[in-house]
Amino acid sequence: MNNELSNPDIPVPSELQSAVTITSLDKIYNWGRRSSIWPMVFGLACCAIEMICTAASRFDIARFGMEVFRATPRQADLMIVSGTVTKKMVPQIVRLFNQMPEPKYVMAMGACASGGGPFKEGYNVVSGIDKFVPVDVYVPGCPPTPQALLHGLIKLQEKIDGQSLKSVRWYGQETSEAVPVPVLGPDLFDPRQHALLAQQAGQVKENSESVEE
Amino acid sequence: MSDKDSSVVLPANEVVSNSIVARFDGEVNSDTREGYEGYIVNANMLPEVASVLKDELGYDYLSSVTGVDYIDEDHIEVVYHADQTTGGKGINIKVQLDRENPVVPTLVPIYPGADFQEREVFDMYGVHFDGHPNLRRILMWDGFHGYPLRKDWQEAYYEEDVKPFDSRWPGGDFKRSEADNPYGKNVNYPPGFDINNWAPETDDSLYESLQKTTSNGKSLHTDSIVVNIGPQHPSTHGVFRMVVALDGETITDLQPVMGYLHRNHEKIGERNTFLQNMPYTDRLDYLCSMSNNFGYALAVEKLMGVDVPERAQYIRVLMAELTRISNHMWAIGFLLNDLGAFQTPALYAIRARELILDVFEATAGSRMMCNYMRFGGLARDFPDKLRGEDTVQFITDLVENRLPKAIDELDHFLTENEIVRSRCIGVGVLPPEKAIAYSAGGPLLRASGVSYDLRTADSYGIYDRFDFDVCTRSNGDVYDRYLIRVDEMRESTRICQQVMRDIPGEGEIFSGKPQYNVRVPAGESYGRVENPKGELGYYVVSTGKTNPYRYHVRAPSFVNLTVLGELCKGHKVADAVVILGSIDIVLGEVDR
Ligand code: SF4
Repeated sequence: MNNELSNPDIPVPSELQSAVTITSLDKIYNWGRRSSIWPMVFGLACCAIEMICTAASRFDIARFGMEVFRATPRQADLMIVSGTVTKKMVPQIVRLFNQMPEPKYVMAMGACASGGGPFKEGYNVVSGIDKFVPVDVYVPGCPPTPQALLHGLIKLQEKIDGQSLKSVRWYGQETSEAVPVPVLGPDLFDPRQHALLAQQAGQVKENSESVEE
Repeated sequence: MSDKDSSVVLPANEVVSNSIVARFDGEVNSDTREGYEGYIVNANMLPEVASVLKDELGYDYLSSVTGVDYIDEDHIEVVYHADQTTGGKGINIKVQLDRENPVVPTLVPIYPGADFQEREVFDMYGVHFDGHPNLRRILMWDGFHGYPLRKDWQEAYYEEDVKPFDSRWPGGDFKRSEADNPYGKNVNYPPGFDINNWAPETDDSLYESLQKTTSNGKSLHTDSIVVNIGPQHPSTHGVFRMVVALDGETITDLQPVMGYLHRNHEKIGERNTFLQNMPYTDRLDYLCSMSNNFGYALAVEKLMGVDVPERAQYIRVLMAELTRISNHMWAIGFLLNDLGAFQTPALYAIRARELILDVFEATAGSRMMCNYMRFGGLARDFPDKLRGEDTVQFITDLVENRLPKAIDELDHFLTENEIVRSRCIGVGVLPPEKAIAYSAGGPLLRASGVSYDLRTADSYGIYDRFDFDVCTRSNGDVYDRYLIRVDEMRESTRICQQVMRDIPGEGEIFSGKPQYNVRVPAGESYGRVENPKGELGYYVVSTGKTNPYRYHVRAPSFVNLTVLGELCKGHKVADAVVILGSIDIVLGEVDR
C-alpha cells in the first residue's frame, strides 16, 4: 500500500507489506481529504479562465484528485475565489461560503481576491475576500498561471497534512458561526460594523450641529 | 490610406450636415470645438433628428451611447454614435444638458439598442431619459449613493484627481488605502446616513416588472413562477443573473441583471494616465486582450496622429486574428457545455487555444493579459525561439496546419451531430431587422444575414490589404451562430497565413521613443475594432493633459445582451442557457 502513509517506526513483516499499512488516524484522515479536494464551480472574473485551463487537459488538475468541480456549495470542500470581489457580489459569496459544510477551505486566487488587485481603488470593489471570509491560501498573480494555481493547491494539501483530529474546529466544542452576510445600502455595509457605523453617523451629526452653532 | 478614405467619405458627411443642419435650423449645429466633430443637437429635438438619421440618411445602427461630465462648462453631454450597416464612417451627435437636472428624451423607440446603454448613462451620470421603459440602475444596485462618473463624485479611496499620486510618486512608496478609511474597508457613506433607520433594497419591483403570463390560450392551468438563474450558476459564463418568469417551462419574460463584476474601469481609467490604461483594457474581455489593446491604441493614436511601422501593423493583425480564433474556440466549447456535452468539447477547444496562448506568452510575456500594444507600435518583437522552435516557423506551422486541423476536427465532430442540430436549429431566432435595431454586433449580427464587419465596413490598421470574406449566415438561430464562428475561424487562419507570407522580416515595431507619460492633444476620438464578440469602441476625450478626461468602453457583450430577453421569450428555460451561450458574453466586458 501507499508508503507515504505507513509509520516507519512500526515494522510490517515483508510478506504483508503489500497488503497492510500501519498508520495513525490523523494521517489516513488527512490523506483521504487531501487527495480528493472538491472545488466549487465558482468563477468570478479573469482568474476563472486560468482556473478552467488548470482543469483542462494540459495542466490536468485531476493528478491531484481535484477535478471533481461541484456546482453546489453543499458538496464542495474548497472555494477558489477566482477573481475580483465586487460589493454587489460579496453578499452572495459570503452566503455560498456559509452554505459549504465543514471542513471547508478558501483560496484567494489572484491579486484581486487577495487584496483588490488592479481595481482596488474602484468604488464597487472589495479589497480582498479576506475582509469577509477567512482565507487559507493566497495565490499571487494577475492572473496566476495554472502552475501557480497548482502550487497553491499543493500548499493547501500541506496545510491539510498538518491538521489533527484533536484540534480541528469542526470537531471542537463550539459550533462554528456563520459569517454575517453583508448588505447593500448606500454603500456596502458589514453587519459586524454596525456599532462603528452608528457611532460614525452620530459623530457626523454632532459635527454638523457644532458647525451650525 | 487615410487620405483615400476621407475623399470617399467627405461627400457623404456633407449630405448629412446639409440635410440635418439646414433642416433643423438652429436646433442642430456642427460641433466646432477644437478636435471635436459631429453635431450638437438641442435635447428636445433629439428624437426627430434621430428619426431623420435613421430613416432618411441610413444610419440604422446605433453603436454607442455614453455621457461626459464637462464640469467646468457646467453641462453633461450625452454622446451618440450611429453607423450605416452598409459601411462607411459613423456619425456622432451630442446633446448638452444641465448638470443639476439633466433630462433628455429616450431613443429606445427609435433604436431599441439604446436601452441598456441609456440605463448605464443614468446609472453613472444621473441623466434622466424621458420615456425610457425601464429606467433603473444597471451596473450598481438601486439605492447606491451618487452617480460615480460625475467629476465631483469621489470614491472611498479617493486621493487625487489624476495619477501619479503624490503619495506614491516619485519615491515609489506604497501605502494601504485601508489605513485612511474609518471602516478599514473600501466604503464611505453619505453624510447623515443613519443605520438604525434604514431598510435595505429588495428586488420586489424587479420581480413585479416581469410579464408573468403567456397570451396563447391553453387548456392546462400552469403556475407562473419567477426563477433566478445566477449570479452563481455554472451556465451563466460568470457572475451574470437572469431573472426569468416562467409559465410552466416556457419563458414569458426575462430580465438580465448585471453589475456583479462592475470593476469601475471608466472611473479608474479617468484617473490613470493614457498608457496606464493599456493593461486595464486587457481585463475587459479577458479572452481577447490583444484585440482590446488594438482598439484602445487606435483611439489614442487617432488623437496623437502617430503612425505605426509596417512590421508592427502586420503583427497587430496577426495577434488580433489569433485572438479571434482562440475566442471562438472557447465560445464553441462552452456553448457545447451549455448544451449538456459537459467538458469534452471544451477540452478540445481549450487544447487548441493553448497553442495560441503559447504564442502570446512568448511574445507578450503573459498568457492572458498581454498588454502588448503601445501608441505607435508594439511593446516588443517576436522572440527568436518559441517552444524550442524558430518563432516564424512555429507560427507559420500553427496557422497553416495545426489550427486549421483543430477547426476541422471541431467541425467534424459537432456540425452534423444530431443532438447539436436538434437543440440549436430554430432556437433563439434573431431576424436581421431586429438584430440591427437592437445594435447586436459581431457573429450575432452576421448570423442573421447582415454583412457588417468593421474590418471592411470601416477598415482599420492594414485590413484592406488582405483577402478575406465577411461570413454571413441567414437563419439567425443558435445553430447559425455556431456555424458562423467556425466560418470566421477559417477566415482568420486565411488572414494569418497572408500575414506570415507578407510580413517584412526586419523592421521597427515602434515609432518614436518609448515614453512613460504621453501628452495627448485635446479632442475626442472614437477608436473601434471588430472584436470577436462585436464592435469594441473606445470613446476617449483628452484635454491636452497626460490623463484622459473621459474614457468610455463600448463593450460588445454588454450591448449584445440587450436583445437577450427578446430572444428567449417563448422558449423553454433550458434554451435560455443555450441562447446565452450562443451570444457569447464575457462578464469583464459586460460589467466593466
Ligand atoms: S487578479 Fe488579475 S486576472 Fe485575476 S481577476 Fe483580478 S484582474 Fe483579473
